[in-house]
Amino acid sequence: MSLVLATVKRDFLLAARNPGEWLNPLMFFLMVAALFPLAVDPDPEFLGKIAGGVIWVAALLATLLSLDALFKADVEDGSLEQWLASGESLYAMALGKALVHWCISGLPLTIMAPLLGLMLNLPGDAYSALLVSLAVGTPVLSLLGAVGAALTAGVRSGGLLLSLLILPLYIPVLIFAASAVYHAGIGMAYNGQVGFLGAILALAMCLSPFAVAAALKLNLSR
Amino acid sequence: MTAPASYNIDLQTCQLYCERDDRVLFEGLDLQLNNGELLQLVGPNGAGKTSLLRLLAGLNRDFSGEVRWQGNHLADVYSEYAQQRLYMGHLSAVKKALSPLENLRWLTAAWQLPDDDLWQALDEVQLYGYEQTPCQQLSAGQQRRVGLARLALAEKGVGPMPLWILDEPFTALDKAGVAWLEGRLQQHVESQGSVLITSHHALENIASLRQLELGRI
Repeated sequence: MSLVLATVKRDFLLAARNPGEWLNPLMFFLMVAALFPLAVDPDPEFLGKIAGGVIWVAALLATLLSLDALFKADVEDGSLEQWLASGESLYAMALGKALVHWCISGLPLTIMAPLLGLMLNLPGDAYSALLVSLAVGTPVLSLLGAVGAALTAGVRSGGLLLSLLILPLYIPVLIFAASAVYHAGIGMAYNGQVGFLGAILALAMCLSPFAVAAALKLNLSR
Repeated sequence: MTAPASYNIDLQTCQLYCERDDRVLFEGLDLQLNNGELLQLVGPNGAGKTSLLRLLAGLNRDFSGEVRWQGNHLADVYSEYAQQRLYMGHLSAVKKALSPLENLRWLTAAWQLPDDDLWQALDEVQLYGYEQTPCQQLSAGQQRRVGLARLALAEKGVGPMPLWILDEPFTALDKAGVAWLEGRLQQHVESQGSVLITSHHALENIASLRQLELGRI
């Protein structure tokens, strides 16, 4: 257990030393929302209608952008080998890694989202739905993404492969989350969609660390 | 330094067979490692030294034959085994953005040592004054020493590490570093610990040295 805590601490320290790595996807997120009204119709009413979807698509792509490096450095410098050699559970490490990833990608995305909502004229009623859907949905993106990152950690330029593997798995999250924001915007209840997102999160939290552990073992047993 | 009574090293292999890319690395390999022994694997590059070492460390299960630790199959007792053997691969697991102290803190996290011990270990491997410098500013040999500082601490942790498995630990070390490491290995063997090592470095100073030559097939 001490190694799990030490790894989480070390990963936060590494993120603090190399802020570029996690700031880049956040910049991307911000830029998509800033450029969108310039490219399509800047009519406030139209923007308000698509704002939830645009923010969610941008958040999803920004997460995808940050996933490639999740395990790569650890495979290359031998950290993962040391982890396996320590005999500690890979399940716990996978959860720890996903947690750190969410704290430096999903959490800031969630915090930034209301600002983007303002830029895109998101209806006032939809802000709470946007925040809740991002808070529940982005951890799923990190957990599922960790599976893809673990599978492609040993592959040179595995970024494309990672997108192909993971994008289909992200689609249910996108559909429920965007629908929650849209329905909140037109004054309807959205707890059904958030309930589904919560169920997906619970499932991903239990199962995806197993897949990550198996994929990492596969990477190292050569 | 006296050996704790619990040192019970008994690593045994039976009819090991391993191939990589349709090339047989070794077959019918029987070896035995007990307390106070140092076994050096020698052989030309590509002979399978690292493969055998990873296999004995329990990291690679892609082989046929048996590896037994204290009479049990290695895969069955892996988590106990992992707490008694220290494995250092040729990748050092040192993060370049972190300082030697921060790296060592992670490398020895399972042993739960106070920081004072870590500072002392870094002094011992001649990294005095570099404890807080990011590793990317250190030379290759100095980065190597960060990993080796673990050997200075191997007896201090919550559970001592009787079996050391080291892959080319002498790489990039200067003369003083080589002498320190040789002394450390000697000390470990004298206190009834065991070492499995691959190295092209001559280790004749150590009394209980045995050599196993690979790549003769």
